[in-house]
Amino acid sequence: MTDVTRAEYCAVAIADCFADDGEIMGSPMGLLPMLGARLAKNTSNPLLMLTDGEARILRGTPPLGQTTEVVEGWMPFRLVLEAVLPYGKRHVMMGATQIDRHGNQNISAIGRWERPTRQLLGMRGAPSNTVNNKTSYWVPKHSSRVVVERVDVVSGVGRKRAEEAGPAATKFHRVHRLVTDLGVFDFEGPDHTIRFVTVHPGVSVDDVLAASGCEIHAGGDVPQTRQPTDEELLLIRELLDPANLREKEVPSR
Amino acid sequence: MKLPSKEMTLDQVVRRIDSGMTVGIGGWGSRRKPMALVRAILRSDVTDLHVISYAGPDVGLLLAAGKANRVTFAFATLDSIPLEPLFSRARELGSARFREWDEGMLQTGLRAAAQRVPFLPMRAGLGSDVLVNDPDLRTVTSPYPDGEELVAVPALELDVALVHMNRADSQGNAQYLGPDPYFDDLFCMAAREAYVSTEQIIDTAGLTLDAPLQSLLLNRTMVAGVVETPNGAHFTSCSPTYERDEAFQRAYADAAKSDWDAFSARFLSGDEDAYQTAVEAFRMEASAV
Repeated sequence: MTDVTRAEYCAVAIADCFADDGEIMGSPMGLLPMLGARLAKNTSNPLLMLTDGEARILRGTPPLGQTTEVVEGWMPFRLVLEAVLPYGKRHVMMGATQIDRHGNQNISAIGRWERPTRQLLGMRGAPSNTVNNKTSYWVPKHSSRVVVERVDVVSGVGRKRAEEAGPAATKFHRVHRLVTDLGVFDFEGPDHTIRFVTVHPGVSVDDVLAASGCEIHAGGDVPQTRQPTDEELLLIRELLDPANLREKEVPSR
Repeated sequence: MKLPSKEMTLDQVVRRIDSGMTVGIGGWGSRRKPMALVRAILRSDVTDLHVISYAGPDVGLLLAAGKANRVTFAFATLDSIPLEPLFSRARELGSARFREWDEGMLQTGLRAAAQRVPFLPMRAGLGSDVLVNDPDLRTVTSPYPDGEELVAVPALELDVALVHMNRADSQGNAQYLGPDPYFDDLFCMAAREAYVSTEQIIDTAGLTLDAPLQSLLLNRTMVAGVVETPNGAHFTSCSPTYERDEAFQRAYADAAKSDWDAFSARFLSGDEDAYQTAVEAFRMEASAV
């Protein structure tokens, strides 16, 4: 196999997020999350259930950008919001325009909420997601403007905010991972703050800290993100993303 | 007994909408939006609406035209274009009042209104800035031994609901033929009066001739009026009748950031027939290039 690209390290790191989920619905938002979830379904977690992003549950894993596939079920938005999400058999990976030291995510607005300097997507389902089912985040370009000390608006809820809101907010709260183009993180540092899990090969802890707007807990040597297997590279390159769309989201450097 | 027809014109529906009303709009993002009805509101002298929507260009247009002065939303998107540009502009200019909830809270609020209860409890919102930015929201403590403190999502009572369906009969039984019903039945049941625009009004017996029973999302007890508006969801999708007009949507989004007045003059200055004629001309130009 030729050299592994950064995008491919990201894909396997994302796939690993879904590895232990068993028979639940994966909701990957965005290109690399979709690639990673489809990779997991072909390797570590064949029971994972994925949709076409609209109302069809797909049996297999078509290449990125395509949705032609055997349909195994129906998943309209109403069912996601009222049933699957509070039912809890779901792992969502959302984007984050900002994500802070405490694992709060912002996809709502930049600046003051009352009159933002930049309107973003909106809260979407982030408040529901974080207090109801397992949530991970994907950031394609790690920078000090994205990984921050404090988000402008809290859409997705981090552990500390959930604890302050009471037992109803923590009962099913589980922020699992943040995967970025530089590394993998969780929120199991002191007081549930951001902590290194791995750095991608070619990236140092100092690189990450220099690109971050907040402290990240290391607590010892930080291992590297694992190498993809030959099978995984074959799946990514030949089956799941033959058009190499991943390279556009995370360019090689 | 022959049931009375509920067929109306676009302008007749708009005459049922008074300034200051709360109007719920069905569909989702840039999908199956009652755009012909929205365009009819743009032409009217109605103002100061409170619009509640899984927002797309419906809300963008009503804001830009000064028809809505209050919006309840969880997002505003064109789907294939992530942000609704006219909505973003209104937020950044602060040109209306906004209430931002979570997607699931919107559904729960509509359900509470449909069930005629003052609120329904849910977990969503806890710990997030939804509860900070909407100080009217309250929590409720479970009366059972768990004692959990949940969000009491208030009923989203609507004066009027507007939805778009693939087909309907003249009595108000209406059908979606695409993959997702969205929340259109809830919008109708949360409203005092619901109006349905549709691609085609057909004989009742025809509705289930070639489509499953479950596609009959709305029954006539939920519907006050029906308008036949072919291509009436344009430029949003009305699958499988037609998909989103991506070229037109791009032109809309570009114009929103540059020369909105020219776009508005070209497409939105006349009635629905004039709009559809202008869209056809746009399509011919695009295919000639």
